[in-house]
Amino acid sequence: MSDELRAAVAAGVLGSEDQYRALLQSIVDVARAIFRAKASSILLLDEEADELVFEAAADEASEALIGKRFPSSTGIAGFVLVSRQPLVIEDVLTDPRFSRETAESTGFVPKGLMAVPLLHDERVLGVLEVLDRPQDTRFTLAEMELLGLFANQAAIALDLLQRARRAQDALRGDGDLGVLARVAEALEARRGDEDPSREGALRLLAELEKLL
Amino acid sequence: MSEELPAWSLSAEAVQSISLPEKWPGEITREWAWGGATGAGARVCVLDSGIETDHPLVGEVQRSVAISMEGEEVLIEDGDTAGDLCGHGTACAGVIRSLAPDCELVSVRVLGAGYTGSGAVLLEGLRWAIEQGYDVINMSLSTTKQKFASLLHELADTAYFRRTMLVASAHNMPVESYPWRFSSVISVGSHEQEDPYEYYYNPAPPVEFFARGVDVEVAWNGGGRLVCTGNSFATPHVAGIAALVLSKHPELTPFQLKSLLYLTATNVGGGK
Repeated sequence: MSDELRAAVAAGVLGSEDQYRALLQSIVDVARAIFRAKASSILLLDEEADELVFEAAADEASEALIGKRFPSSTGIAGFVLVSRQPLVIEDVLTDPRFSRETAESTGFVPKGLMAVPLLHDERVLGVLEVLDRPQDTRFTLAEMELLGLFANQAAIALDLLQRARRAQDALRGDGDLGVLARVAEALEARRGDEDPSREGALRLLAELEKLL
Repeated sequence: MSEELPAWSLSAEAVQSISLPEKWPGEITREWAWGGATGAGARVCVLDSGIETDHPLVGEVQRSVAISMEGEEVLIEDGDTAGDLCGHGTACAGVIRSLAPDCELVSVRVLGAGYTGSGAVLLEGLRWAIEQGYDVINMSLSTTKQKFASLLHELADTAYFRRTMLVASAHNMPVESYPWRFSSVISVGSHEQEDPYEYYYNPAPPVEFFARGVDVEVAWNGGGRLVCTGNSFATPHVAGIAALVLSKHPELTPFQLKSLLYLTATNVGGGK
């Protein structure tokens, strides 16, 4: 069984994209709460397009943000991505790396920003941002460490999301293996039902296995 | 006829020929290390996003070079006029100048042209900077790409043997990245104190030194200033102090310089 088929069948059974999305959402929600920040977001690097894409966001305008794209070297997120160094900046309105245009198009212009690269193995998958933490307290290295821990979790979730997407692509594919994956998906969807078509399909599959 | 000393052995007669001019005092102090030094004569290279020229906190930048790749070909643009594409390089340069006001500053821009190919550009920028023989190279960035690790290691060793001190930012996160992990460089992490001359030796490497890196007011593009946190800003503190030391004691090798920084560290020599 090829890795691709295995992944496709697994994706068919798990229907995973939604779950990984929920995990990313949970990470930004918790990041925002822990840092008492106004917003938090996760951006995914689309290597083919050399662009960053909003994958998850925890703030008032979150729904509108998902899927928005901008060039990979734009703004602080772009800098963090390329340099692989986390940065904490107290006043981004005076920071030229902070792309005001990008911020305004998302409907949120922050006063302070923490940005950390999402590293998985040797790859940079994207950037986690936490915006507008309260400035009544001095930033500490303990917070930087916490940010790194969140970034690690976010990177693992992003990696899983990307795998799920590749598997979904295989699932949707027209190739011979796509059919098998779709069958696995359909069977999983009928699991637990008293569905005569599922019974019939399983019998047919058993015959098919003998034939092969 | 004098015969050149083989690199791998030292004959009894040759011992005199390698005695060093540098006289080390009985007690190493900061006063001895850089007292009265301004950085004059030390050549410092900032490998980063460029440096904004004529920033009040940076002053004159003696040379600006931009590195880029076109396929496999390395393009080196001497006299780069793009300045700083991010602000980060200007921030590092400003920290170095605040400590070593009279050092020579050279910008080698390896960032700003998008994500793709950024690792190769970083490597070529470092290679170019080492060939120029700068005394100190500040590198507040790293790569996680394993395929660059052995080449970077080789370059870091070349720098070390050519008396170029590579000062590199350690990562804030528990990941493998380079070149800061190599022992031929000085790796720097952050401490939370406000004194720019306060630096600590770490007896449990790979991070070897900690310098000021939290809430640092730094120079930024457009003649501005920002308050920033990150190892990126701790690194130029050590690079600046290294420039001071080398301006006063230009004979020191990277090994000696590192030893000197150890002996004068806040937690070793009591910051004296």
